[in-house]
Amino acid sequence: MAKRIDATNVTAYYGSFKAIENINLTVEPKTVTALIGPSGCGKSTFLRSINRMHEVLPGARVEGDLTIDGQNIYDRDVDVTAVRRTIGMVFQRPNPFPTMSIFENVVAGLRLNGLRKKSVLNEAAERALRAANLWDEVKDRLGKPGAGLSGGQQQRLCIARTIAVEPQVVLMDEPCSALDPISTLAIEDLMFQLKDKFTIIIVTHNMQQAARVSDRTAFFSIEKTGDPGRLIEYDNTQKIFSNPTQKKTEDYITGRFG
Amino acid sequence: MGETPSRSADAGTGGIRVASGQERPAGAPARVAESPVSTRTPGGDGLGGGGGLPRARAFGAERAFRGLTLAAGTTVLVIIAAIAGFLIAKAVPALRADTANFWTYEGWSPNDTTPRFGIGTLAFGTVLSSALALLIAVPVALGIALFLSHYAPRRLGTALGFLIDLLAAVPSVVFGLWGRDVFVAPVRDLSAWLNQYFGWIPIFGGDGPFGKSIMLGSLVLAIMVLPIVTSLSREVFLQTPTANEEAALALGATRWEMIRTAVLPYGRPGIIAAVMLGLGRALGETIALAMTLGITFGVSFNLIENGGNTIAANIANAFGEANDTGRGALIASGLVLFTITLIVNITARAIVHRRREFTESAA
Amino acid sequence: MTTTIANQHPRPPAQPPSLRAKRLPRYAAPAIALAAVVVAAAIVYGAGIGGPVLVVVLAALLHLAGLFAASNAVEGRRSARNRTWSALIHSAFVLAALPLASVVWTLVSKGVERLDGDFFGTSMNNIGARDPNGGAYHAIVGTLEQVGIAALITVPLGILCAIYVVEYGRGRFAFAIRFFVDVMTGIPSIVAGLFVLAFWVLVVSPVFNDGRPGFSGFAAALALSVLMLPTVVRSTEEMLRLVPAPLREGAYALGVPKWKTILRVVLPTALPGIVTGVMLAVARAAGETAPVLLVAGGGAAINFNPFEDNQSSLALFVYQQAGDASRYAPARAWTAALTLVALVLVLTVAAKLLARRNRLGR
Repeated sequence: MAKRIDATNVTAYYGSFKAIENINLTVEPKTVTALIGPSGCGKSTFLRSINRMHEVLPGARVEGDLTIDGQNIYDRDVDVTAVRRTIGMVFQRPNPFPTMSIFENVVAGLRLNGLRKKSVLNEAAERALRAANLWDEVKDRLGKPGAGLSGGQQQRLCIARTIAVEPQVVLMDEPCSALDPISTLAIEDLMFQLKDKFTIIIVTHNMQQAARVSDRTAFFSIEKTGDPGRLIEYDNTQKIFSNPTQKKTEDYITGRFG
Repeated sequence: MGETPSRSADAGTGGIRVASGQERPAGAPARVAESPVSTRTPGGDGLGGGGGLPRARAFGAERAFRGLTLAAGTTVLVIIAAIAGFLIAKAVPALRADTANFWTYEGWSPNDTTPRFGIGTLAFGTVLSSALALLIAVPVALGIALFLSHYAPRRLGTALGFLIDLLAAVPSVVFGLWGRDVFVAPVRDLSAWLNQYFGWIPIFGGDGPFGKSIMLGSLVLAIMVLPIVTSLSREVFLQTPTANEEAALALGATRWEMIRTAVLPYGRPGIIAAVMLGLGRALGETIALAMTLGITFGVSFNLIENGGNTIAANIANAFGEANDTGRGALIASGLVLFTITLIVNITARAIVHRRREFTESAA
Repeated sequence: MTTTIANQHPRPPAQPPSLRAKRLPRYAAPAIALAAVVVAAAIVYGAGIGGPVLVVVLAALLHLAGLFAASNAVEGRRSARNRTWSALIHSAFVLAALPLASVVWTLVSKGVERLDGDFFGTSMNNIGARDPNGGAYHAIVGTLEQVGIAALITVPLGILCAIYVVEYGRGRFAFAIRFFVDVMTGIPSIVAGLFVLAFWVLVVSPVFNDGRPGFSGFAAALALSVLMLPTVVRSTEEMLRLVPAPLREGAYALGVPKWKTILRVVLPTALPGIVTGVMLAVARAAGETAPVLLVAGGGAAINFNPFEDNQSSLALFVYQQAGDASRYAPARAWTAALTLVALVLVLTVAAKLLARRNRLGR
């Protein structure tokens, strides 16, 4: 299922503003990769260009090659919707569809793909909710609005919704930044389990979190405001946090830890 | 600020100046509002001094002001009661004088010595023309609203949205004039064409003359409510949280699927409200229909022959030569119209309210 | 699918085998459009059932069907749906733009015909069916006076009512006021006219008028007030609610009594929004015909006194001229319509610009 991702000279723009420049990076299958760095360094932009969500914003575009198992997702004849189905995404704030029930939220992606049979959907919903460690909490109220759950539950619901369509890569854009510590732990546990099946790339501000959950860590930074973000260092997480080769990385990590 | 030092010795005034000065750099409006205050409390200026305990007279001003607002609020209730009261008082004598069945009689001659008039055909015409107008306008309006909010480039969408807002403000008499002078010609051609090839369908039957028909009235009405419904639903669509749209896109939705999953469900209460507002407008529309309908009495589903009438259009047309009973009869018909629009509005509010409760209990 | 999470279940059919998708070539859409036009023309002229308009309509329908079929065959159902809805949404725009553009075009092109000094300087007094001149001076005076009086009545009343509802009102009474303001929003303009007819013209004014019904500009202003009041109340209410609570609390903390806080802190903060609401209400009232028709009487001569004798208004003038048999009447109607629209649009644009400049709470 999981796939390998290669970024070659990826540069992304918002209109005329260059947000990231010449990012080169390889993500191995079935690993958790953390993207860290100061605010505005382009890590979220890079994440969003991996499943072509960057170009949703008006005026935004991406240059360079991004391949998934050798297939460039920015090729002209590539179907954007297929890319996004293969590379799912979990956002910073939990965003369940407010008008839909828990069940409808989970199967929303499957319904888009034309699945209508109730039994198949029920099965898929249970599977996804179990995988997101949410089943036991919501199995008795699947018909209730998804927005009625707590923040942490909503975020796990969004993860369930994302993995219900069986993507191969899951991108997470600061998935815990809006959550309390207990929910954060629950999601981190979940990442460990999901790693067996998916390639996971996570953007986080929280360095302990990056150290806890990821196998590899990429450090992004900018020279000054207005400059494009660059990839400074990319290595095994342990190496980055114990013995980084770049001075900037060390400054950032020690600075944050105090 | 621009006040004399002697006046700012007043503790109360000074306090307010600080507050308004902080929050509102443009102090001018704040000072403008001051003059009615001091006129309303002639003794207020002399009160201040030590800034000690509040005086009873300040409390009196508070009471007076509160009483004033309460009176204004009560006026609204009085007006509503007066509307109902006076309309009923004028309608009842006319209804008593009606020698025909008010609900079913097909015709309107309340000025005769034996007044005969009935609301049935008018109510039918009102509902028919409004329903047709909405049937035409709503899908188109929603399409335009989606185009402006989710398909057009943002700048174009904003500019055209502004234009639509302006069109929504164009008075109905202008649309009526246009319908009567300009639009009637293509509608007549279309009617003749429909009659020639689809004359076997009753709604397109008859043998003319065509033109000033229910079809013309409904189309003009549709064009009138179109900007209103578009403007409101565009606003609703623009309010869809970006997070939900992105969630749908990230699941691999096409643009249309994103609209169906995120935009339309989220906007449903707003759309219903917009449509109902449009319906209310269409039901009460007077002048545009008085200018475009052929004015006949009789229940007919024929859309293309000259004819058609509505309660409101009938009031405008029959008012000129109405005598006392005639006016009473028109007022009675106005009451019926008011009741219909009231039912529509209350239904709309109930729907929107219930929907909102569902989402709010969720939040 | 061998992991513990998902135990041997069939792969969902959804999973695309490849990211690549077959796409309709770029020339497909125009080609289908061309084919649709040709086929439509062949059908329409071949069978002799219509003209160019029918060709266009039929071609549009054929194009939609053809596009859906082609896309469905090559790209799949989801993409076909996406394309078809996109085409439908775009055509909705074109469809509506045509009549609306026609309204604007006719308004301007026919309206300029009588856009002269005579039109703005004279009334319709002693203008017969054969006189080409005549103007709307009396109607403009009427509109301005009626709308002005209506604003004088509704603005204080509406703002005070909104203050009561937002700041003081509690419980059932305030709820009742809000509810009935909502009800008032839905009153058709003709019903407002009937009300003033029944109340003022037929019952109250005869007392001052030797028992004759008193049609007047003031009666029209009353009717317009009934229509404006709910709009003013609602927009003021909305603006007052947007005033941030800390502002109020700041004033209370300084020992300022509530009424002073409302008048000097809350109202000035909400003022731009309230002005916007009032201007929009005025713009709407200026365009109303039906109530004026019922209660103002609609005279042809200039009458500056809104309290006595018949008065006209621009909207009513348009209606009367449109129904006039004189061959010079339509030109007068269109010019009056253009004037009216200009007046309404100036108010609306000003209100919108003001609203854009001062956005409370956004």
